[in-house]
Amino acid sequence: MAELTDSRSRSRDLDKLLLRPGNIVGKLFEPGPELRDDLREYARVLVVGAGGLGCELLKDFALSGFQKLEVIDMDRIEVTNLNRQFLFRLQDVGKPKAEVAAMRVMERINGVEIVPHFCRIEDKEDDFYSKFSLIALGLDSIEARSYINRVACSFLEYDSEGNPFEETVKPMVDGGTEGFKGHARVILPGTTPCFECTIWLFPPQVKFPLCTLAETPRTAAHCIEYAHLIKWGEMHSGKAFDADEPEHMQWVYTEALKRAELFGIPGVTYSFTQGVVKNIIPAIASTNAIISAACTLEALKILTGCSKTLSNYMTYNGLEGLHTKATEFVKDKDCLICGSGVLLEMDTSITLQKILLPYPCFTNSAQFMNLLGEDPMVLLSKPTSVVYMGNNLYKMVPPVLEEMTRSNLSLRLFDLMDKVSMGVVHVTGTAIKNDKKNSSLWKIRVVFKGMVDGVIDMDLAGGA
Amino acid sequence: MAEPRTKYDRQLRIWGDQGQAALEKASICLLNCGPTGSESLKNLVLGGVGSITVVDGSKVEEGDLGNNFMLDESSLGQSKAKCVCAFLQELNDAVKAKFVEESPEALIEMNSSFFSDFTLVISTQLVETSMLKLDGICRQANVMLICARSYGLTGLVRISLKEHNVIESKPDHFLDDLRLNRPWPELKMFAESIDINTPDPAVHKHIPYVVILLKLAEEWASSYSGCSPSTREEKKEFKDLLKSRMTAFDENNYKEAIDASFKISTPQGINSNLRQIIDDISAEVDSSSSDFWVMVAALKEFIANEGEGEAPLEGSIPDMTSSTEYYINLQKIYQAKAEADFLAVEQRVRNILKRIGREPAVITKTSIRNFCRNARKLTVCRYRLIEEEFNSPILLELQKYLNDEDYSYAIGFYILLRAVDRFAANYNRFPGLFDGHLQIPNILSYRGMDEDISRLKTIALGILGDLGCNSSTLTEDLINEMCRFGGAELHTVAAIIGGIVSQEVIKLITKQFVPMSGTFIFNGIDHKSQLLAL
Repeated sequence: MAELTDSRSRSRDLDKLLLRPGNIVGKLFEPGPELRDDLREYARVLVVGAGGLGCELLKDFALSGFQKLEVIDMDRIEVTNLNRQFLFRLQDVGKPKAEVAAMRVMERINGVEIVPHFCRIEDKEDDFYSKFSLIALGLDSIEARSYINRVACSFLEYDSEGNPFEETVKPMVDGGTEGFKGHARVILPGTTPCFECTIWLFPPQVKFPLCTLAETPRTAAHCIEYAHLIKWGEMHSGKAFDADEPEHMQWVYTEALKRAELFGIPGVTYSFTQGVVKNIIPAIASTNAIISAACTLEALKILTGCSKTLSNYMTYNGLEGLHTKATEFVKDKDCLICGSGVLLEMDTSITLQKILLPYPCFTNSAQFMNLLGEDPMVLLSKPTSVVYMGNNLYKMVPPVLEEMTRSNLSLRLFDLMDKVSMGVVHVTGTAIKNDKKNSSLWKIRVVFKGMVDGVIDMDLAGGA
Repeated sequence: MAEPRTKYDRQLRIWGDQGQAALEKASICLLNCGPTGSESLKNLVLGGVGSITVVDGSKVEEGDLGNNFMLDESSLGQSKAKCVCAFLQELNDAVKAKFVEESPEALIEMNSSFFSDFTLVISTQLVETSMLKLDGICRQANVMLICARSYGLTGLVRISLKEHNVIESKPDHFLDDLRLNRPWPELKMFAESIDINTPDPAVHKHIPYVVILLKLAEEWASSYSGCSPSTREEKKEFKDLLKSRMTAFDENNYKEAIDASFKISTPQGINSNLRQIIDDISAEVDSSSSDFWVMVAALKEFIANEGEGEAPLEGSIPDMTSSTEYYINLQKIYQAKAEADFLAVEQRVRNILKRIGREPAVITKTSIRNFCRNARKLTVCRYRLIEEEFNSPILLELQKYLNDEDYSYAIGFYILLRAVDRFAANYNRFPGLFDGHLQIPNILSYRGMDEDISRLKTIALGILGDLGCNSSTLTEDLINEMCRFGGAELHTVAAIIGGIVSQEVIKLITKQFVPMSGTFIFNGIDHKSQLLAL
């Protein structure tokens, strides 16, 4: 092997997996040096979150043959991060996590490029997310996961038979931890359940009833939440409580302690007060390392096919002995986020007009909303909004928005949708089912007649 | 400076100051600092372990930079132990980090006393012969050992030590100890003092469910000749009785009572796990017994005497819908009973200590109180020597795994991980690992690969045969994959294995939570990893 280069021997171990044929591999696995080189050159991975999971993910990707990484995080480094977020040091406290994390990994590992984004995930256009081969989620909030999931699934397009177009599938790996427990999952929109399909896996946070806090406190947490949610507002008219302000926290602690003493309730400490008020989830290095590495391994398998992939949700529990379990959840075919929605074919001439009052008044079947009213899957009787790519095409309330969007009604939907051949609009409104009125949300997959074939041809031409 | 405590805040919420103090006293020895070893220590250094000693005799090669984050360009050609140690030290200057540039195999052969100074030894990537020798050494010196291996898409973790006792096992779900199936006089009196038929709706909806259940259980018993509901039908009837006493739909205390109604008819006495512990031979204590077993002996006496068949009361109650006054009073009644039980156990501990010729005050009140609070959750873990497991595994289990679809990869990897070591002993290399870094498939390597596959298969079947499983086979696919892995230590697999190692080290050192038993086999193909109890 005369052409043995530095970089080649650097992937000494990974090459065994990427260069050799195997028996238990993905369908599209094509082993060879090209696969390894393509991974370096073309695979672009976005790591969402540069915290406990994010730091690990960046390291894991950088040591798994990936060289083009980006990371997005809006947070700054805190002292309490240091027991697990191994890319940060005491002197980094206060600096943006994304920037320090990217710098540390690049310093250590030659050849890897990491672009940091110190901002909120919502600050980026959807286009930003579309350029990645895969998105790895290292988050601790349901809302943030939901957001990224929605964006990733918005790229998804289905063919006329309801199968996802391969090139529109944005794969995700998602990790989460709490103490000794965690999960790692694979999301292939259109094939495996998306985050929204299985949102029930995340039970809602239990909140104490206000009357318990105000009238019958029994535990330390009740006293703390009383001080935090009730007393603070009474005593600081207008001043918002800030959990990151030590003086505020100290005030809540003192008040909680007073209340606890009044009722003879034990257990209020400063640390516990912080835990309750900030809803602190305990976190340790080991679980983050395990979950992140499992996510990265799955990402490598998704993008190269070098082994079977996880189907599709792994839970990990190291609390009592060690338990791991892989569960194959099924996707919700009616999911509003990743589902194919209701297919509606129509002419390019159809307008949004006549949705407005008096309703329903369609005699002309060439109107979009009327089509919806006739579709047996939708049976819409009164639309309240029509949204395309996050933009309101029409909104009945509030009046300000109604006025702003009214002019769209006379426009052709084809034009409102920037003359695409097909696209997804979300419609809310009232549906009549079994003589009952329900307010509902639909995902409508609009296909304009006579356009689809032409566009597909163009795509092929462009790709050749 | 408040920094150290703040830095560890998120983990102190899990294992507390006691656990952290134990961690800060521990000295850990790591054998081989490839990615598996480096990742294990990384997590422990971050958590603030007392000291680490990194043992590795190799020099850093180009390939090491591709899978180990604790090395960089400047490490090339240098001692791996030294470089990894320096990068680990950067993570936390409170940790004492040392390195020994020597091969672990040589230390095991020549200098077995080296290991006796450590709290715990982590061995990574050792082949079978060295691992078995080390196991013997550590067992002799009473040093805890964790063996770990990353190999392609598989790996293993195995704890080896004589005995590990856990008082604070902190299980996730454990039934609270309300004694509704066996209320003591003070609790009964408290229940009797409350009128559950009060006409005041505000009072009615704030009677704690404990009181509701006790009163209605008594009412039930009076019409069922002193029995509590036992059949499914009776239990349903009892729930209906509860429901019938609700005076409004929003009475959460009654809803809680219905959900908890099974608690009045749970079996009395201790659970089988605790029974096994108090019946253990170690509970017959003498002067050489550990504090744990002295306390178990006292617990055993307590259960047979004051406890009337029950363990000491835990003393804490869950939150429940209630007025503050009722709840606080109820809490005090449970605490008082727990305190009385603790005093009885303490007296017995002192007497036993005196009897076996030890200073009666040697075990602190705090320890005994903590022991009593956790009495129902005590855990004793014992581990066989790895050699014993290899020579005489539990055949019934082995057969079960070999015939169970869910275990097929895991048991296959278990056998194959042993087989590759025998292969290495015979041919001086791992299967599928060829000279000159030959990676790209060509005619030559394929021929070599085919040969390796058939050799590995022969060895694996030989191991199965030695274990008395002649008729069993392993899937060809798995043997093929094992050869494809060529001994690769992938970073992600190493991070998973290393993560598990550090987690188990923390459990062992803090003596909190239950460490894993058996051998953990990582299955990186479909994540159906398993613990094998062989």
